[in-house]
Amino acid sequence: MPDFTDMAAKNLKIAILSGKGGTGKTLLSVNLASAAADSVYVDCDVEEPNGHLFFKPQWNIEKEISVKIPQVDPNKCDGCKKCVEFCKFNALAYINKNLKIFDDVCHSCGGCSLVCPQGALTERDKAVGTLSVGDSEGVRVLSGMMKTGIASGIPIIKELLTQCGSLEDDRPIFIDCPPGSACIVMESIKDADYCLLAAEPTIFGRHNLEMVWSLVRLFEKPHSVVINKCVDQSDPTDEFCKENRIKILEKIPFDVELGTLNSNGKIAARENTKYRDLFSSLLEKIYREVPHEATVNSER
Amino acid sequence: MKQLLILSGKGGTGKTTVASAFIRLSEARAYADCDVDAPNLHLITKHSKAPSRKDYYGMPKAEIDPGICINCGKCRENCRFDAISVNERSHFVDPFGCEGCGVCEFVCPVNAVSLKSSVAGDLMLFKEGPVTFSTARLKMGSGTTGMLVSEVKKQMKESAEETDFAIVDGSPGIGCPVIASLSGADMVLIVAEPSLSGISDMERIIKTARIFGVIIAVCVNKSDTNPENTNRIKDFCKLEGIPYTGSIPFDPMAVKAVNKGMSIADIDCSSGTAVKEVFNKTMRLLFPEGRHSQK
Repeated sequence: MPDFTDMAAKNLKIAILSGKGGTGKTLLSVNLASAAADSVYVDCDVEEPNGHLFFKPQWNIEKEISVKIPQVDPNKCDGCKKCVEFCKFNALAYINKNLKIFDDVCHSCGGCSLVCPQGALTERDKAVGTLSVGDSEGVRVLSGMMKTGIASGIPIIKELLTQCGSLEDDRPIFIDCPPGSACIVMESIKDADYCLLAAEPTIFGRHNLEMVWSLVRLFEKPHSVVINKCVDQSDPTDEFCKENRIKILEKIPFDVELGTLNSNGKIAARENTKYRDLFSSLLEKIYREVPHEATVNSER
Repeated sequence: MKQLLILSGKGGTGKTTVASAFIRLSEARAYADCDVDAPNLHLITKHSKAPSRKDYYGMPKAEIDPGICINCGKCRENCRFDAISVNERSHFVDPFGCEGCGVCEFVCPVNAVSLKSSVAGDLMLFKEGPVTFSTARLKMGSGTTGMLVSEVKKQMKESAEETDFAIVDGSPGIGCPVIASLSGADMVLIVAEPSLSGISDMERIIKTARIFGVIIAVCVNKSDTNPENTNRIKDFCKLEGIPYTGSIPFDPMAVKAVNKGMSIADIDCSSGTAVKEVFNKTMRLLFPEGRHSQK
């Protein structure tokens, strides 16, 4: 069999996602990125980012991310309400001869400024979060953080992935996704070459894996599953994978030591050779999967 | 109707485990699962009758008629969501990226764009005797979770108007589905986890919930997996003046109960005993005058 390892690792984008929260997305992403040593870690869980608690990087670049929000010049507005009628998100209302703008529900589509016949609407920047870049023992860490009270982290995720695409190196990239299967997850996996699904051996884990599995199939992403916190008892998630012929790449047993390291913000693969070996071998399995999966997909 | 919302910030801390135990202990007549992109509560609250179902329509999606499109590129230029691509013959819309704002329809000089309504999820309502359970499932590839959460809550309220108390199982994070579930809630119980990640996420969800002026309380799940961090959470709560309603130990029986489709309050186990304490303290905060009997 030809050795695909080198080829696969270059520029490879691996997204780690899970329907259910708390199944070990960050555990896997942080440890895989550390096992790869020379790699990039991107925290797309901008609502609750945790990767930086493990890497503790010195931030080199921090920048504010903003979106465009309309503002009205009351002297120009003649109350025609064309903007109010146009806005599909009900972010504008004309009350008591005044145009009110509700920032929180605005999607920044720019439509109101386009439709205003008086040119009374312009746009201003509204900060929604920050993007930070730093280094931790050979791992480039990119992390987004949404401000509290903001509804959508998508502009921050977009900026993270743009930054990530502009990096001039060919290190493998590990994308730590938010939980669930909604728009923020879709945005995070859009450009991924491979998806690793973190699951849990419970009926909750099974049900949410089913949802996120349909999402990766919808996006036609090659994928496999890691079942975390395995114990010696019947495993509905394992059954689901077998029924649907989904490849299980690894089963990580329930492990108090690993759990404690993780809950104290330690990177297990850096603390202990036992765990370094575990994640290095998982990483090799992923690298071997990628070209294989790519071939399978192109034959379809 | 007083609404108790269960949130966590971080995923997988035990929101649904706690919510299902509370439903059992309070004999709740109204409850809802607002975690629409990973709903699980229905797996544990047994219902013998099938639910009534309703399609949920999210935002419409733009469609470009390739027969009319003149490939001028105006739609692509003006789309803020990068949802329009082009080939040599026509422009076309990526339905996953489209947010349904209608800008492309407005700028198109030849009326090639139209907005089409699209089913974005499945709303379900279980009615059994006096009990109402509202839940939903987001269709894969759809984005409007906040709106669907509002629909789930509206459906519950309309169907259980005379009930004094409702339990709402929330979603992880602090974004739109969480914000939608917070509006109208009277109290939030945060299920925290004694890890550095859990603490960081708890602080962020508390900040978010405070914007809504609801009563906030905290409990810790799997408290004995890191007693030091559990103490840090207790200290944090004391400092911030947030009531701490108890610690639930890690309990292998909890996983067994869940896999049998039971709540931890249904079986005799250490987590079940602890959750009763959390329940009693939480209810005293929500009903300081005592709760009227619902019978």
